[in-house]
Amino acid sequence: MGAQVITITSGKGGVGKTTAVANLAVALAADGQKVVCVDGDIGLRNLDVVMGLENRIVYDVVDVIEGRCRLRQAMIRDKRLPELYLIPAAQTRDKSAVSPSDMVRLCDELRGEVDWVIIDSPAGIERGFKNAIAPADRVIVLTNPEVSAVRDADRVIGILEAEEKGSPGLIINRLNPAMVRRHDMLSAEDVLDLLAVRLLGVVPEDENVIVATNRGVPVALDGKSRAGQAFRNIARRLKGEDVPFLDLDDQGTLWQKLSRLTGRKSS
Amino acid sequence: MSDTPHFLQIKGLRDGLLITLADAPWETVSQALLAHIGERQSFFQGARLALDVGQQALKVIDLADLRDRLSDQGVSLWAVLSESPTTQNAAQLLGLATRLFRPRLQEFEPAPSSMADETALWLHRTLRSGVRVESPGHVVIWGDVNPGAEVVAAGHILVWGRLRGSVHAGAQGDRNAMIAALEFSPMQARIANQEVVISDPKPHPGPKVIAFRDDRLTVDDWQAT
Ligand SMILES: Nc1ncnc2c1ncn2[C@@H]1O[C@H](COP(=O)(O)OP(=O)(O)O)[C@@H](O)[C@H]1O
Ligand SMILES: [Mg+2]
Repeated sequence: MGAQVITITSGKGGVGKTTAVANLAVALAADGQKVVCVDGDIGLRNLDVVMGLENRIVYDVVDVIEGRCRLRQAMIRDKRLPELYLIPAAQTRDKSAVSPSDMVRLCDELRGEVDWVIIDSPAGIERGFKNAIAPADRVIVLTNPEVSAVRDADRVIGILEAEEKGSPGLIINRLNPAMVRRHDMLSAEDVLDLLAVRLLGVVPEDENVIVATNRGVPVALDGKSRAGQAFRNIARRLKGEDVPFLDLDDQGTLWQKLSRLTGRKSS
Repeated sequence: MSDTPHFLQIKGLRDGLLITLADAPWETVSQALLAHIGERQSFFQGARLALDVGQQALKVIDLADLRDRLSDQGVSLWAVLSESPTTQNAAQLLGLATRLFRPRLQEFEPAPSSMADETALWLHRTLRSGVRVESPGHVVIWGDVNPGAEVVAAGHILVWGRLRGSVHAGAQGDRNAMIAALEFSPMQARIANQEVVISDPKPHPGPKVIAFRDDRLTVDDWQAT
């Protein structure tokens, strides 16, 4: 019964959390699932922009929590997908307007309404992060193949383990296979080897993402984009489907290595 | 304005305040602390606070919650002192200090000559970034020490896993202390007051033992004897 509540977090900022939330939501909704995403980045909202819904906002998450509107009134329906909704963050409030138990209550109410609740977490490990992970059934840590981002992801995973949130899933975003080949970037194996959690997917660096962000049309709706394909695959894995990893590397070895690694780590 | 409640003991430090909480239920003492600070906003505004919580076994969520409530009142929590390993671990995960002063080597007692019979701290997990483990004895880690994690021990440090973080064995000056690891590629490693110099950035794989030999720190392949 009820929805699955998933929170995407990272430690470091600017790694692609908001992008991932929008794309996974779009991919699940395009697959016939009923989805609501919640922007947990109070004070710095931008999920609405990435989804192209900013000019439809009337009420936000703080309005719901403080009882100024009903939950339904704050759920903005997507322009393209009828089963996709967004609850935007408040722009003019700070994080102390929301508590972890507020988020749990909000999500409990949403559980009856939809199949998936996807929460966009702010960067860091402070209050906004805590609010975002409080209601989660599953947490996804997203990182870039870059030393400082991986270091922060490792720290967040340590905190999630200590909070008994279980071992999170991992998304590696903005991988550039050519740079990996030249040893100018950490490989997916390097990242996974250090973090030792279950890999949900690797999303390549793709300029379509930036174009899509600016247009407010998540790249998962673009049939030709590699990043869009990667996000669609992750969405299917979330549903429990066994989807092979994309072969991002033209050399054709990455996929085998990855399946070997994930096979080991998830056992 | 009420007087300092008997749950709290406040002391000035060189660069902030130290508040010692009484051994009462956490709910009670933390509420008392917040209420007291709330009543004296102007006094506490901008204060750096170290908190001694005694025996309280607190989880990350307890400490994070208190830290956030304190920061709402303009007080920044930077250290949590406790005898409870649970609390120390939680504080370390949040990046809070767990002692007021970092001991300097000169202040230590002369090195003990042997630690052969002492017990060790056993940790069956990977130490992730941001964690700092300290022990007055030996430390054995069944797991990896990731970059950004730190282990400081007065005795030996044995890592049954990959050592990629920072370690300091013989931290009170004992040059008999050793470091051993299945894979040795630390960010930083020290024994007593000496840094291990890793000349080869890609050392031979395999287990390593690091110890003083004739006054020089050496990294050797581990040999079954
Ligand atoms: N796979 C990708 N390829 C190219 N650009 C990306 C990719 N993922 C994210 N970006 C860009 O990175 C920037 C930060 O992403 P965002 O989702 O806002 O990060 P966060 O929410 O973690 O702060 C945005 O400009 C976004 O378009
Ligand atoms: Mg964001």
